[in-house]
This record gives sequence, C-alpha cells and structure tokens, in this order.
Amino acid sequence: MIRVLLARAAQMLMVMAAVTAVAFVIFRYVGDPVLIMSREDATPAEKAALSQALGLDQPVIVQFGRFVGRVLTGDLGNSFRNQRPVSGLIAERLPATLELVIVATVLALALGIPLGVYCALKPDSWLTRSIQTISLIGISTPTFVTGIVLILIFSVWLKWLPSFGRGDVVKLGWWTTGFLTASGLRSLVLPSVTLALFQVTLIMRLVRAEMIDVLSSDYIRYARARGLPAGYIHRKLALRNALMPVITVTGLQIGALIAFAIVTETVFQWPGMGLLFIQAVSFVDLPVMAAYLLFVGFMFVSINMAVDIIYALVDPRLRTRAA
Amino acid sequence: MTKGVITATRLGALRRAMPPAYVTMAGLVAGALLLAALFAPQIAPTNPLDLRSFNLADSEIPPFWVEGGDARFLLGTDNQGRDMLSAILYGARVSIMIGGGAVFLAAAIGVSLGLLAGYLGGRIDAVIMRIGDIILSFPTILLALLVAGLARAVTPEAANPRYVPFVLIGAIAIHEWVQYARTVRAATMVEGAREYVKAARVIGLPSARIMFRHILPNVMSPVLVIATINLAQAVLTEATLSFLGVGMPPTYPSLGTLIRIGNEFVFSGIWWIALFPALALVILVLAVNVIGDWLRDRFNPKLRSRG
Amino acid sequence: MPLAKQRKLQKVSREKMMSRLVLTGAVAFAAAGFLALPSQVEAKTLRWSSQGDIATMDPYAHTESFTSNMQHHIYDPLVRRNKELQIEPALATSWTIEAPDRWRFKLRQGVKFHDGRPFTADDVVASVARLLDPAARARGNLSNVKEAVKVDDFTVDFVLNGPYPLLLNDLSGIFIMSKGWLEANNALKPGNTTTGVTTFASTNANGTGPFVLETYQPDNRTVMNVNPNWWDKPVHNITRIEFRPIKSDATRVAALLSGEIDMMAPAPLQDLARIGGADGFKVVEEPSLRLIFLGLNHRAELQAEPGKPNPMKDKRVRQALWHAIDLDTIHRRVMRAKSRNVGTMVAPPIPGYSAALDQPLPFNVDTAKKLLTEAGYPNGFKTKLNCSNDRYIADEQTCVAIAAMWTRAGITVDLKTESRATYFPLVDKGETDVYILGWATLPPMDSYSVASALLHTKSGALGGNNPNGLSDPRLDDLTKKAAVELDEPKRRAFLTEALKITRDEAYFIPLHQQPVAWAMKKNIEVPVFADEYVRLWFATVN
Repeated sequence: MIRVLLARAAQMLMVMAAVTAVAFVIFRYVGDPVLIMSREDATPAEKAALSQALGLDQPVIVQFGRFVGRVLTGDLGNSFRNQRPVSGLIAERLPATLELVIVATVLALALGIPLGVYCALKPDSWLTRSIQTISLIGISTPTFVTGIVLILIFSVWLKWLPSFGRGDVVKLGWWTTGFLTASGLRSLVLPSVTLALFQVTLIMRLVRAEMIDVLSSDYIRYARARGLPAGYIHRKLALRNALMPVITVTGLQIGALIAFAIVTETVFQWPGMGLLFIQAVSFVDLPVMAAYLLFVGFMFVSINMAVDIIYALVDPRLRTRAA
Repeated sequence: MTKGVITATRLGALRRAMPPAYVTMAGLVAGALLLAALFAPQIAPTNPLDLRSFNLADSEIPPFWVEGGDARFLLGTDNQGRDMLSAILYGARVSIMIGGGAVFLAAAIGVSLGLLAGYLGGRIDAVIMRIGDIILSFPTILLALLVAGLARAVTPEAANPRYVPFVLIGAIAIHEWVQYARTVRAATMVEGAREYVKAARVIGLPSARIMFRHILPNVMSPVLVIATINLAQAVLTEATLSFLGVGMPPTYPSLGTLIRIGNEFVFSGIWWIALFPALALVILVLAVNVIGDWLRDRFNPKLRSRG
Repeated sequence: MPLAKQRKLQKVSREKMMSRLVLTGAVAFAAAGFLALPSQVEAKTLRWSSQGDIATMDPYAHTESFTSNMQHHIYDPLVRRNKELQIEPALATSWTIEAPDRWRFKLRQGVKFHDGRPFTADDVVASVARLLDPAARARGNLSNVKEAVKVDDFTVDFVLNGPYPLLLNDLSGIFIMSKGWLEANNALKPGNTTTGVTTFASTNANGTGPFVLETYQPDNRTVMNVNPNWWDKPVHNITRIEFRPIKSDATRVAALLSGEIDMMAPAPLQDLARIGGADGFKVVEEPSLRLIFLGLNHRAELQAEPGKPNPMKDKRVRQALWHAIDLDTIHRRVMRAKSRNVGTMVAPPIPGYSAALDQPLPFNVDTAKKLLTEAGYPNGFKTKLNCSNDRYIADEQTCVAIAAMWTRAGITVDLKTESRATYFPLVDKGETDVYILGWATLPPMDSYSVASALLHTKSGALGGNNPNGLSDPRLDDLTKKAAVELDEPKRRAFLTEALKITRDEAYFIPLHQQPVAWAMKKNIEVPVFADEYVRLWFATVN
C-alpha cells in the first residue's frame, strides 16, 4: 500500500511541476509585464529599470527558479487589476468557494445515492423512469440556465431566497463563514442547489450502474441462493461495494466543482474564487489567472492524494494486503 | 461536461435489439435540428449576421401568437430587431459547428495519439498518457476559459469574430482528446496482441498502415460513442463560454451568446429573447444525450476512467 | 464530511433510505420556509449596488469618477457641490484672489479626521504635494497648480502656473488627506492604479467626510458608518451604508426586487418600467451631464485599411457618417425614449454650451451616400467600430445599431465590443477608427474639459484623451486662450467657438445625452444629480 501511495505521490508532484511551468509561462510570456505595469508615458530607461526590478533580464531558468521559490513561499505577485497580492485575494475568496462546494457535494450525495440505489433496485418502476428522464434533462441543461430559472422563481417571484452574494458572514480567524448567520445560510441555498443539481445526476447514475453491476455479480447471487435477507444483501454487500467508486468520483469531482463553481458564482455573484477568475479573464489579469491555475492544480493533487488514502483505508482488499 | 457522465449502464443486454421509440424520436429531433442548423442560410427567414437584414425599428416584437406579434417574426425579435427564429437557427449552426469542430479535433488528436501510445508503448506511451493525466486534472470549463483568456492576452485578434470559433474549438478540444486517447490506447493494446496484427508485423507491413488499416477500424465504435456524448458536452461548454462573455460576440452569436443577451432582459417582460435560445439549446443537447446514452448502453464499452 | 455521510448511509436499509430521502426533502422544505422569513433590516441602513466596484481607496491613485464618487463619502474637498451642483465652501470657508497666480484659502477650524487628528493647513499642503507627485495617477486633476503654501495654521495659498479660471472647479474634486495619518502609515507617496503602486491608503481611508470606512473588500462589499463628528450638520439620516457591486443587470434587478438591496444606480433602462410598476419601488430620472459620442481616426491611415489614405480626413465623409445615423430610432428603441439626441459635445448646464449648436445633422441615407460619392467613395469604405459593452448605458446595443445603419449606407463596418478593461487601453493607444466615448466634463463641469482633453492636439497635459491625431490650430488656439481668460463671458465665447468648429468640421459625432436613472425602494429619498454622483449625504431613509 505504501508503495502505491508513493507512486501516486510522485505522479502528483509531476502534475504540480507541470502546472507550475504553465503558470510561469502565463506569468512571464503572455503579454509583456513591463508594458502592462509601467505608466503609459514611461521612458525606455524607466522600463529597463522595471524590467531589472522584476528580474526579467535574468536567464529563463533562473527566472523559473525564482518563480518556484516565490510560489512556495506563497508570493504569487500582485493583481494587475486591483493591485493587491494575489495570495491575499485567493485566501479571501477561498472560504466562499469551499463552503459552496462542500454544501453542494453533501446535497449531491444526499440526493444522488438514494436515488441511484432506488433506480438500481427497481429498474422498471415508473419512478425510476421519471427520475432517469429528469436526470437526462438535468445534464442537458446548462448550469447558468438553471441558476437564472431558480433566481426567477425563488428570488423574484416567491421572494423566499436571496439571489446574490453570501449574506452576512462571520469571521473565524482568516476564514469567513456563512454557516453561522441566517442570511448566510439563506444565501447558500440557491447557488449550492444549482451547483449540486449537475452533480446529483452524476452520482445517481454512478451509484445505479455500480449497484446493478454488483447485484449481478456472483457472490451476490450466492448470497441470494443461501437465502440471506434481501435487506442485508443490499445494505451490507451491494451498497458497500457499490460506494467505492462513488468515493473516488465524488472526491475527484470536488476539484471539478471548484472550477465549475465559476459559472454558478457568476450567475449568483458569489464572491468566491470562480468570480475572481472570470473577472481576471475579462481583465486579462495574468497573475490572478496563473495563481488560480496553480491553486486548482494544488487542490486537485491534494484531493487525489486524500482519495487514494481513503481508498486504501476503506478497501478491504488493500487493507488486508497492508496488514 | 465531466468525464463521469460516461458511466456505462450495464443493463444494455436487455435492450440490445432496436432503439426504443424515445431514442428514435431523439434521433429525429437531433437530425432535424442538425439539418435546420446546417441549412440555416437556406431556410432562415433572414440572415441575422447581415447587418442590413434587420431594423432597429422592429426591435422587441413578441412572438406571433402574443398580442403585438408580427407574422414576419414567428418567434419575435430581439433588442436589435433581429428575427429570433433566424438568430436561433444561425446560433444553433454556430454552436453545432464549434461543438462538432471541437469533437472532430479532439477525436483526431486523441485517436492518433491513442494509436501511437498503444501500438508503440514505452516512453512515447508514458509521455502521452502522463500529459493526458495532467490535462484531466483540470475540468473542461476551466481549461477552456484559460485557453480562451490567454489567447486574448497574446493577441487581441483572438477576440475577432472571425477567429473566435477556432479559439473555442481549440479551447474545448485541448481537454477532450484525452478520453479518446485512453480508449483507443486500451483497445489498440488488445488488438495489437491479436494474431492478425502479429502476422501483419511479421510480413513487414509498415506500422502506420497496420495502425490505420487494421487496428483503427476495430476501435472505431467506442470512439463514435464517446464522440456522440462529447458533442453534447462540447455544445454545452461553448454555450457556457459564450454566456460568460469569452465566447462568440453578439455580432456573430451562438446559442450561448443569445442567452447571455436575453438574460439582460429577463425582468423586462421581453422573455422570448432568452427563452427560445435556451429551449433550443436544451432540446439539442438533450436529444444528443439520449442518443449517446443509448449508444453507450448498446455498445457497453467500459468507458469509465478513474482519473 | 461526504465520507461520514456515506458511511452513515451504508448503515441504513433501502426502505429507511427512502423514508429518509422523503424526510430530508421535508426538512429542507421546512427549513426553506423558516429561512424565508424576511431578514430584519437595520434601521437607517442603506444597501445599494452599482455595476462596478471602486478601483482603490487612494484618492490620488486613479481618475475614475465612480471611485471619486464613493470616496467623497469619506473624504471632503476644500470646496464642494451643493444640491444645485453650485460650488460652496467645505473644508475651506472663504477664498480671495491675491494675484492672478495666487489664491488664498481660509480653512475651517475645529474639523477632525476620522481618527481624531485635527485638520490644519499642514494637511492641505501635504495632500497637494502628494497629488502633484509625478507618480500620482490623478496629478492631471490639478495641472495648473504649482504648489500649496502654508500661511498660518488655517490659511493656505495656492500658487498657480498662471491665471486660471477653473481652480475652484478643480478643487471640488480634490480630497484632503491627513498628513499625520499618511506619515504614520508610510503613505506619503501616492499610489497609482496604472502602475500598480499601492500604499496603506489604497485599502484604508481616513477623511473628514460624513461617513467612516468600516470594510473595503474589493469586488464584494464596502461598508461605511455615519461620522458622528462631521463638521457639517447632516441633512441625511443614514447610519450605515453597504455597497455591493453586481455586474449583471439582471442579477442587480433581481436583488432589488427581492429586497436584498434598497437602491441601484444606475438602473437598466429596459427594466425601468417593470421596477416602477412593482409595488414598493420607484424610479427616479434626470438627464445626465454625460454625452455619448463617436470619436474618429484623424490620422493618415485607417486601422481597417492600412496603406490606404484615411477617408475620414475628408469632412464630407465625416458628415456622411453622421447623416447615416438614425438617432431618433436609437432614442426610441435602444434608449427607450430616456435619452436626448444632441448635436454638440456638452450638456446644457455646462458653461460654453450653445443651444444653436445642439442640432444633430438630420438622418438621411441619401445625403450620406451623396456626400460619400462627392468625396470619392461611391461604394463606401471599410472602417473599424470599437465599443465598450459595460461602460455606458446600452453602449453595445447602440454600436450594433450604428453598425447596421452605416452598413445600409454602404460602409463596411468591422464592429468589436468588449469590456471597459480592455476597451479603454485600446482607445488610449489610438488603435481605433471609430470609437464610442462618453464625456461628462467632470470634475470641473466646464466646456474647457472637452477643449483641453479631447479637442487640443495631443501634447503634454493637453489632448490627453485625443489619441487619434485630431489637430486643428484653431482649436489649439482657442483652448489656450480659454485656459487663462478670467473674464467669464469672453472665456465662454472661446469655448463655444471651439465647439462650433468641432461641429462644423464633424470632428466628433455626438449621439445623445444619457439619462441618469436610479431605482430604489419607495421609502428612500435621494436627489439625482446630473453628474451621476450618488451623494448619500443628501439621502433619507423613511
């Protein structure tokens, strides 16, 4: 097991190295930093001085080394747009996105697993058919359309829920949370539902497929033949095994959700990293774009590692091998 | 839009035979939409890309069945006086061309690299697959945004309506090729171990010929399944990019651009500007998804990847 | 968390799972019902929204009118605009002209900054020095001032480069910072949004104004509380201001209609009818000082066709472009009859305005085609048209409409619309043929602003917004004369003459005067100002 994890770790390091290289290229070669950062009427001498100050006169490999060094110390440069350190901007936006993604994931699991199980166990019931039809419509509807429709119904028409922002947040150290205030919780509802809807379909389909797979496997048939109660078979044998891939996919999807939150955050003006990124894209704010890429890469790598470890811990086969 | 969608449902065996009625219907709908988009210049009442074809004086006319509607504009007009029906037909055309282009590009790259990796193995295989791993670390939408955004930073021409479709096709394909490469690589490895390939190698046929003449035809069916599902995703991704403002410009709108424009009017009582393009998009993607789902069950390839 | 949930779920049987699912739904529904109770709005809090955020808190680091507008709640200038937009004393109580190039200001006594430091002449001197620093982005806002000299603790002399009639107008936009605070926080050097220089003052603020900054989170929210020690007697009754930028028109309207904000400025024109008709809301409108016009390329070649002579050098071509625009239809359809079509470069209240000039060239495609033929372009020509899509009211729509109209007159238009972030650098670099521009003559509120920034040949501090080679010696001459003319009627005559030449030559194509339209809850009273400033120190919440 250790070996498997080590191999994974090496692979993850490679991913991070590649992402860092791409971020460096964005930082350094897309657009001219000197031109972007200097005054419109700057003299050539001023520009040369700035170039030197930024270290752009050094060989590329030295520049890359410095870049990696700065990244490791959390210095991601200043945003072109609002002149603040990018790391600070990301830290400020991180809680909003993570809270949104976590709530959406929980929602998706809470709905997706039971629905998937039901569809697997009763493949021919009318409810299964309607659930599947709805889910197909669900994955065919772009998130932004869902979001707009939800705003129209629940904010403008019924006036039940806020249509934008995080509401009141409470500071816990550097973290800000919307979980502790009524307005914060209310603000979470629509964006997290929007973000979860797509995810529900994925998880539901996955659970259903896995359940069907497991239920048709030999040992379940033996268990049935031995006359074990159906509830026991479904619960103890089938679901447990069917959930393994669900853990993986859900874990990996958290990374995707963070990125996918870009759309949700835009529709709901949710002050998270996605909104930061999309603003950076439209303002060509390269340091923020590079930093966001690094951050999502890092999140992906950590989540991947975490999933691997959980997998190793939960999977009985791997566990026995380790023991 | 994410790889998990391509989860094989393994009930396939039961409905192997003929496509059920709803799939046939989806096929008809998708076919009709594709044809309508393809022949938009022939069937659309006006050409919305031609600035001369619409008049500001006709702006915001509701659909013909609503009071104030005008028979000239069946689905009403937008805020510029453009005929919505024509705009949707042309918009669907743009969406399908970009989606189709992205799928084609991704498949071409993915199949070639998959063949190479699977057939040659070794270091080339490792490099291609690792690059694929890294790319799959990032969701489509993020990579696409990044590519589209960077293209604009490199040259403002990337925002020129003439080049945007190519930027978008590249931005979407850069992520999607990996699925093809993985599938084809696996299939190639299986095929490569078969007797006939070994025989072909023994008699000294060139590698390229073996790959394209003998192996490729045998791995095409999973590729077609992926391509179908991928088309739906690519159309959605393009719509999302356009909605976020980094896609097609308003002078050359795709369905996503039309929804973005319409979104500004959803509270003004001018609902048709947003509703009809959104419906067109959902119906198109739904129809393609239904077909893709059925194809996937039918061929039941093990497409799921564990990332 | 997800894992714990999964494990828990593993333990429940299928039947239980189904009931749990139903239960979850019921709980969620009940929770939604519970949470739907309207949140308690604090007394006298005003929550409002606009489409963009401020650029910085540092008043000298930018030249953006919206940012100045927000900062005006925290900082005071020496003189300010009253409810009629006339200049009145603020931190300065009176002033005299000692010599044509020396103005003496008496300062208000007993004023305190938000941090408790007293306001004295030292603060004015330090502020002016900080603003005039070559590294300050806003240094051009006081370009005719050489320095400020302390006479005594409450008297300051402004030394000018020469006679200058608009000093008070300029000063109404210059906020006074605290010398002690700047020193204590190492912020005596100014920030600059263009070069990216930031200081403590970029994210913090310490003024003498009616509100005290509590929180500034860029792109998210800015919160201010009332300043109980303000030197002036407040006419407002607001205790707290919460500002949230919301870019999307639709989301902003949704936020207002669902009660999450109390006011939006501006309100999208297409939604005015709906908001005005909704229960509990109202729309207030006023013609803005901001005029929208098209700037033209006056250089040897067009961007659209390099290597060929620029057709727009011919006055007839410029007039043809003007004749080909159907302003009335734009007025009715795009601007929803809220705008006013114009023929000149400044709004009626601005000194130098002349009603005789305020006539657009009539819309007539035939005239346009005839003029093009006379100029040697019977088949039209090719031009770029660049526009912002998030700066002016319906800017994108206006440009698409104009592109369509010009196309009908036989001109090939290459239209591109983009965000202000990339659009304005493009305009500044002169990489455009025809471009949309709005001008409100702020902060001086005088035609001289148009003459000096747009009409004068680009050279030094003059012609700062004339990137495309417009150069007419008559305009340069009139601008320079107006700059130093202390006799008001004569000065205005110079400016009116400059505007007349501009119109006769069709150097610019004026389109319309924007409306200021704000939407708010019925219980809020805010005077609407033609300069588009939101002055919440005149607002009341009832």
